[in-house]
Amino acid sequence: MPLDPSFIGRSYPPSAPYEVSREKIREFADAVGETSPAHRDPEFARAAGHPDVIAPPTFAIVLSMRAQEIVVSDPALGLDYTRVVHGDQTFVHHRPVRAGDRLVVQLHVDSIITRMGNDLLSLRAEITTEDGEAVSTAKSTLVVRGTDQEAAE
Amino acid sequence: MTPSAADVTVGTVLPPLSVRITRADLVRYAGASLDFNPIHWNDRSAVAVGLPGVIAHGMLTMALAGRVVTDWVGDPGAVVEWGVRFGRPVVVPDDDEGAQLDVTAKVTKIHDDGTVKVLVTATFDGRSVLGGAQARVRLPG
Repeated sequence: MPLDPSFIGRSYPPSAPYEVSREKIREFADAVGETSPAHRDPEFARAAGHPDVIAPPTFAIVLSMRAQEIVVSDPALGLDYTRVVHGDQTFVHHRPVRAGDRLVVQLHVDSIITRMGNDLLSLRAEITTEDGEAVSTAKSTLVVRGTDQEAAE
Repeated sequence: MTPSAADVTVGTVLPPLSVRITRADLVRYAGASLDFNPIHWNDRSAVAVGLPGVIAHGMLTMALAGRVVTDWVGDPGAVVEWGVRFGRPVVVPDDDEGAQLDVTAKVTKIHDDGTVKVLVTATFDGRSVLGGAQARVRLPG
């Protein structure tokens, strides 16, 4: 079943704030093997010109994945999550995410296209501080694999 | 040693990186990222959706491959852009060895604003697992 094309261009209200902690940054850095003290030592981070420890480049996925729930779980979209694979992911950092940030995410549905029997859902999460300072833009494409029958059509 | 913009040209090769991914790494990443999809820790779930077995989170593969860039620049805040397409899955066996990811990278462009484009390749089992993987990095003058 194809995705509902009326979702294209839809934007959702900003999420509740996510407060970034030093410990969450350290935990994430450990999990991806990023060893820089910039993720762990506030003094080191300050000496490098950051107000506090900064997050690894893919940390923003924690926020954008949560924000995506609002659209992927909407029954009206018609998305079968068991058929979804992550197609691509890009982060553009306007500045590094850092401890103490209170971040809100606004999710946009950029496009829905069908290619070779699969639906491609392109989402964009604009991550800003509560005050509206741009922090990161996270774009992802989710691929909804078509059934063999649909592919044959 | 942190590279400076003056030392870097198109064709500069970054030090390569080999990373092992075990089931324990997948569990740790699931907890840190809050991505608890069972195909990343449960063989039964992975096989049920047609996979050969448990696979690494694409986002973990992306983060690990990105270390070829962050290790090189020193300051992880210098990575202003990082994007990948997910090609093949990285199948992680239930043993102590895990799966090996081999990562290489080189500078392919120097932008007018001084940032550099780095093209990254990541292979598992001799085959590429990420497509069009590229970072944009701001190097110290």
